[in-house]
Amino acid sequence: MDIKPILSTLRRHKFTACLLIAQIALTCAIVCNAIFLIGQRLERMNMSTGVAEHELVYVQLANIDNRPDAMARSAADLAALKEIAGVKSAMATNQLPFGGSSSNMGIKTDPEQQNDEINASQYLGEDVIPTLGVQLVAGRDFRADEYHDLADVYALLRKGDMNALPKSVLITQPMAERLWPGQNPLGKQIYVAKNISLTVIGVIRELARGGGIREGEQYSAVNPIRYSASGGASYVIRCAQQDREQVLKAALAKLKGLDPNRIVLEKGTFDELRHRYFRDDRAMAGILVGVCLALLIVTALGIVGLASFWVAQRNRSIGVRRALGATRYNILNYFQTENFLLTTMGIVLGMVLAYGINLFLIVHYELPRLPAVYFPVGAMLLWGLGQAAVLGPALRAAAVPPVVATRSV
Amino acid sequence: MFGYYLDMAIRSLKHNKVLTVLMVLAIGVGIGASMTTLTVMHLLSGDPLPGKSATLFRPLVDPDPTPERTHETPMDVMDYRSAMDLWSAHRADRQTLVVQSPVKVVAAATNVPPLMLMLLSTTTDFFPMFDVPFQYGSGWTADDDERRSRVAVISASLNDKLFGGANSVGRTLHLRNTDVRIIGVLKPWRPSPLFYMVAGGRFAHGDTADFYGKPEDVFVPFSSSLEINDGNFQQFTCWALPKIPGHLIDAPCEWVTVWVQLGDAGKAAAYRRFLADYAAQQKSLGRFTHAENTRLPNLMEWLDYNGVVPSDVHLQTWLAFAFLAICLFNTIGLLLAKFLRRGGEIGVRRALGATRGAIFAQFLMETALVGVLGGVLGWLLTLAGLSLVRRQPTPYADMVHLDVLMFATTFALSIAVSLLAGALPAFRASRVAPALQLKTQ
Repeated sequence: MDIKPILSTLRRHKFTACLLIAQIALTCAIVCNAIFLIGQRLERMNMSTGVAEHELVYVQLANIDNRPDAMARSAADLAALKEIAGVKSAMATNQLPFGGSSSNMGIKTDPEQQNDEINASQYLGEDVIPTLGVQLVAGRDFRADEYHDLADVYALLRKGDMNALPKSVLITQPMAERLWPGQNPLGKQIYVAKNISLTVIGVIRELARGGGIREGEQYSAVNPIRYSASGGASYVIRCAQQDREQVLKAALAKLKGLDPNRIVLEKGTFDELRHRYFRDDRAMAGILVGVCLALLIVTALGIVGLASFWVAQRNRSIGVRRALGATRYNILNYFQTENFLLTTMGIVLGMVLAYGINLFLIVHYELPRLPAVYFPVGAMLLWGLGQAAVLGPALRAAAVPPVVATRSV
Repeated sequence: MFGYYLDMAIRSLKHNKVLTVLMVLAIGVGIGASMTTLTVMHLLSGDPLPGKSATLFRPLVDPDPTPERTHETPMDVMDYRSAMDLWSAHRADRQTLVVQSPVKVVAAATNVPPLMLMLLSTTTDFFPMFDVPFQYGSGWTADDDERRSRVAVISASLNDKLFGGANSVGRTLHLRNTDVRIIGVLKPWRPSPLFYMVAGGRFAHGDTADFYGKPEDVFVPFSSSLEINDGNFQQFTCWALPKIPGHLIDAPCEWVTVWVQLGDAGKAAAYRRFLADYAAQQKSLGRFTHAENTRLPNLMEWLDYNGVVPSDVHLQTWLAFAFLAICLFNTIGLLLAKFLRRGGEIGVRRALGATRGAIFAQFLMETALVGVLGGVLGWLLTLAGLSLVRRQPTPYADMVHLDVLMFATTFALSIAVSLLAGALPAFRASRVAPALQLKTQ
């Protein structure tokens, strides 16, 4: 196909052609970035936590008081919860991934370091490993005699008796890899304060931070510290997937039975917790999909409108070409090639623009660089869209009979 | 002439219905999307206390003596001692302290089950300083702050929930283990954002929708609340471990927010000096190590610094306006095609004596009409879009509505967009050479 006549025709409609190119360029740039943003959100929403997500239910109680018998009451609660049919394990803990609150601590590998090396999330509670269903890849879980009560830990801190504090800690593999790349972390020391060191006795494959997602999303540590209901604890219960609702109902009844005055702040399955945590991301991904579709539709309609106009305007010349021997296929091809040329120019411009928008997003919204794969994908999408949109008007052009040439309008 | 152009425009739009519908749709959808996001943006980025915000300041000092922290900027809130020193110095026109904590609330002689609510510990100046509106009763006095009176002010929604909206002044509320007397009930009050609690925005990575939550339900004198809710206070951050969790008075923790009101620039400058002197004095006492690290941003500067408008909302606004731009290009293309196709008609009108200006005006009228129709559609779509936003589980969802300003902006924007779209095609149409057109007919 000779593109020279097409170009010379377009030159006569410079302004209209430029408009179409600008529209395609802008659409291309925005759609590329929007698809990238959607991908980012989906990736975030698929984040792995390492816990047995489909087997957990939780009940969060309001932080009522620092009663002296808080520990005993929590122990009684847990004993009652473990009696429920179908419960595999239960614990009182300070936080959950995607839960409302988080405990964090700065960690050094050398007590003389000025700044913390990393910041890690701190899980407290008895039986964290079996209850959350996280996987130990090296070392061992805590022995029963290693656990201390939280109140005792605070008492020791007040006294300044650092040596009596629980000394062992479990950390995640990503955290170990960050602190001691390529080394065996078992037996290594971490420092949470100048005079408080902890020994790594086990490594967890994966355990996401408590609370929300933040930098170092898998940097978590577990301390052998029993947590009591006084601290606004969450009771976390592990059971079979199909038993969750019934276990949760039974758990609430048991807890109310033990103390009718307490306030349940939140309850549900871990799946619900995850679902709720990502609701904004889901909404934003939905909006982005909607915007992409709307943009593509508007652009397609623009192409249809302009192509129809050009076909109508060139009715006579199409007739002349047909009379001079051009086949229907030639005419069809002419409009398709014209659209291909315009779209290509739009895409080239659009790619530059897409890159510019991406740079803007990098600076203002801390987004990563747009991967190169989005450029060919965006280009294919717009070429396809252009060809689909122009097909109708082009077929109409191809159907123009040669006899039109002989009519004087 | 106006009537004639209008008549011609209506005829022309009717003549090519598909094209008209396409153009109205493009403008309407573009306007709907951009006005929905613009309304949310307008709501979230507005001044919560217009006319007064420039006189409200947030003093910041750096009490953290540890070398670990970078100390580039002071923390967003401060420790108890610094806050009390600044507050009791009374060097500003008004000054107040605010701290939030969760508390268990039971109303005496009602059968509403115990509630877990947010308690705001503050001081007498809070209510006049932030123009908090009262429905019944009033706030407490400086004397109540001094004597740790067991008094409380409650929100309109809590009053509705507990007392069915009746005047509850004088009734008793059970806060945790303490009885307090209700002395005031607020009118519905919903500042956007909840400006006096805004802190830590720079750590939120743009995820700042929570700054737009509702005000607390119970307000109690700061001094009283320290006793009532001891053990339930939460630190913003600590530079060393607190000895008793939730008891922060003598803890090495930053947790108290200070606000001051300074009527004019002179007073602000004087207070800035006072703040620097205070920090220097604390350094000489050995309590501070970074005395030079003081700040005094005013309310709007503070909101800016915290980047209160969520980054998702920014992104949506950008997207919507890019979308409007594409709709605009689309409409220009369609109008150009439509107008230039009427070369014959233009030629005849010109030959019969119509000036170029007349042709231009005629076509512009047609695009303005498209703009009005697009505006109506855009307005309807904006209402639909806003009701969609209201159904989102975001903290600011309940505040979203279309005010008069945004309503007017909708139509102004749509007519502006359509005139912008129509100006060039109309100009090109008015340049059509009549002789050439007539010849080719």
